[in-house]
Parts: sequence; structure tokens; C-alpha cells
Amino acid sequence: MAEPGVTQRLAAAGAAFTDPPAEGTVSTEPGALDAAGTRSPLSGLLGPAGGPVTFEERPFVGKLTLRGDPSNADFMAAAGKVLGTDIPTDPCRFVEHDGFRVHWIGFDNWLIHVPEGAEGPLKTKLEAALEGIHSAIVDVSDYYTVIRVQGAKARRLLQKGCPIDLHPRTFGPGQCAGTVFHHAAIFLAQTDADTDGGASYDIQIRWSFARYLWDYFVDGAREWGG
Amino acid sequence: MLTIKCPWCGEREQIEFTAGGEAHIARPENTAELSDEEWGAYIYTRTNPKGVHYERWVHSHGCGKWFNAVRHTVTDIFWDVYKIGEEKPAVPEDWDGATTRAQYQAATQKTAAPDGNEK
Repeated sequence: MAEPGVTQRLAAAGAAFTDPPAEGTVSTEPGALDAAGTRSPLSGLLGPAGGPVTFEERPFVGKLTLRGDPSNADFMAAAGKVLGTDIPTDPCRFVEHDGFRVHWIGFDNWLIHVPEGAEGPLKTKLEAALEGIHSAIVDVSDYYTVIRVQGAKARRLLQKGCPIDLHPRTFGPGQCAGTVFHHAAIFLAQTDADTDGGASYDIQIRWSFARYLWDYFVDGAREWGG
Repeated sequence: MLTIKCPWCGEREQIEFTAGGEAHIARPENTAELSDEEWGAYIYTRTNPKGVHYERWVHSHGCGKWFNAVRHTVTDIFWDVYKIGEEKPAVPEDWDGATTRAQYQAATQKTAAPDGNEK
């Protein structure tokens, strides 16, 4: 049995909230194996459903980091050819193409998200295309997991712990940023914006920090029920 | 809490950054010939000014890049930030750190003819 989460501890202490966690928000079996027999850091945990903010783990997203010199035309052309799209050079932007997502992390550093299982073949292809060009490709799939936060209150939830101004006037779909959520280093990308002021974010978090962030989200979303 | 402008990512909160001490301290070329005093001076001696300070920061939770900044140590107001490898920006001697660069330049333009160097 794992350590009790924030919600359970708060409920037990009766300190900050008096009502018990909503039904289904905390699994009784965290760390359970999923149907495929694999275990992600948040498997077995259920987020709030049906409220103005929902979140779910996107386990096992393939993740590669690509490093190289953006002023080297050979590097940019070779990487762009494999990915089928120019890699972004504008700070804090990402591009999507054919199920791949290429995020700008730093001016010589990109993070590529691909569907589960596609990271190995892509790494091989990139390595072949970048042969002899000063660059580095590392598979970091199992270093991080991704939590998708979406709904009308998604931005409000993230602003409880994130110092970035996520207001639509400064942050919108297609933008991404490395930042923190309370004590956890996160990488967030806004994937969508709804007409009702809601939004959809993908939060990449270190595997071992995922439960911390998840518990914070569960706790943060309680004021809106669901 | 300071708001610091990363030359790449823009303005972010200080919590995303780590300070790296004084900037523009070059490692001596002739390390084999240095005396203990000279090594000590290179490693430990800093200008520690009351006023304009050229210093390094790293956007550790953002893009992870190092950059340089000019900060007034009394007021914590930044005059400018600039990328590694770029020239040290000159700071007017009469800037007292009480105003931002934009405010200072707006004030001096009122009393003097514009010099055309406004960024």
C-alpha cells in the first residue's frame, strides 16, 4: 500500500477541507497493473470526471531529446527531413506533424513526443540522418510521464502552482515552457483552447515526481467538484 | 521575488532561475605559472560592489541556458540581460538603480536631446 495522498491526508486531518474526496478521485489500488500488464507511475489512479477540469495520465508517450546547432543548415535540414516538418526555432513553441510533436526547450535543444513504441525507430532514423553532424539524440521516454489537464478550469488549476502567466493574452495553443509547479519541475505545452475559456495542457513530469503533482491536482480541483 | 528576463524565454519568476555569481571572470591562461595568491584571487576575489553588478544566471527550470545580467545590488533592479558571448552593455554612471532602464532613458530624454541609441 502506497503512502496516502494529499487528499487522503487532508481529509484525515480535517484541516483544510471538511468534505471527503469525491467518489472515484482516489484509487484504492495505486500502482496497479493496467490491462496490458504494465505499470506507469500513475496507473490505478482516477482523476475527477465530469467537472470543469479533468486530468488523466498519458502513460508511455515516446520521448526523445534532440540537440544540435540551429545555425548549422545541414543539421536543421536533416532533422527536418526525418520529422517531416521544420523544427521550431522560436522560443517556447512546438509544432505538430503526423502524430509527432516537436517542442522547443532551449535554442539548441528540442523535445520530441511520439506515440508509444515509435521512439525507437525514430531515434534510429534520426541517428542515421545526422551521422557526422554534431548532434545528440537521447531516448528519455521512461524518465518522464505526461499528465493531460483539460477543461474550463484547467488554467485556473495550473495557476495554483505555476509561476508562468498562462492568460490567453500571453500564452496560447502551440506554446510550451519549462517551469515549475510548486516544488516539481515540469514542462508544459498548451495543446488546445476551447471557446468557453477552457484549455488543454500536456504536463511532462519526472516519473518519481508524478504522484506529487497528481495529488496536488486532485486537491486543487476539489473546489470545483466533479 | 524578482522578475527576471531570460534572453530566450522572456520574463519569468526568480524561482525558475539559479544565480551564478559575478560574470566575466576569465580563467588564467598560464595556470602552471600561477602563485597561490594569484589562484586565490581568481577563485575567491570578487568585486562585490554596492551598485552595478555584472552577473551570471541560469534559467534552470526553463530553457536551461546561462546568460549574463546587469543588476543594481542596492535595489535589485536589472539594467539589462544579454546572451553569453555578447558585449557587456555600458551602464550610465549616473544610473542609481532606482528606476528601470526604460524609465531612466525616458527621464534623460526629457532633459537632453535624443542620442538615437534608444533600443
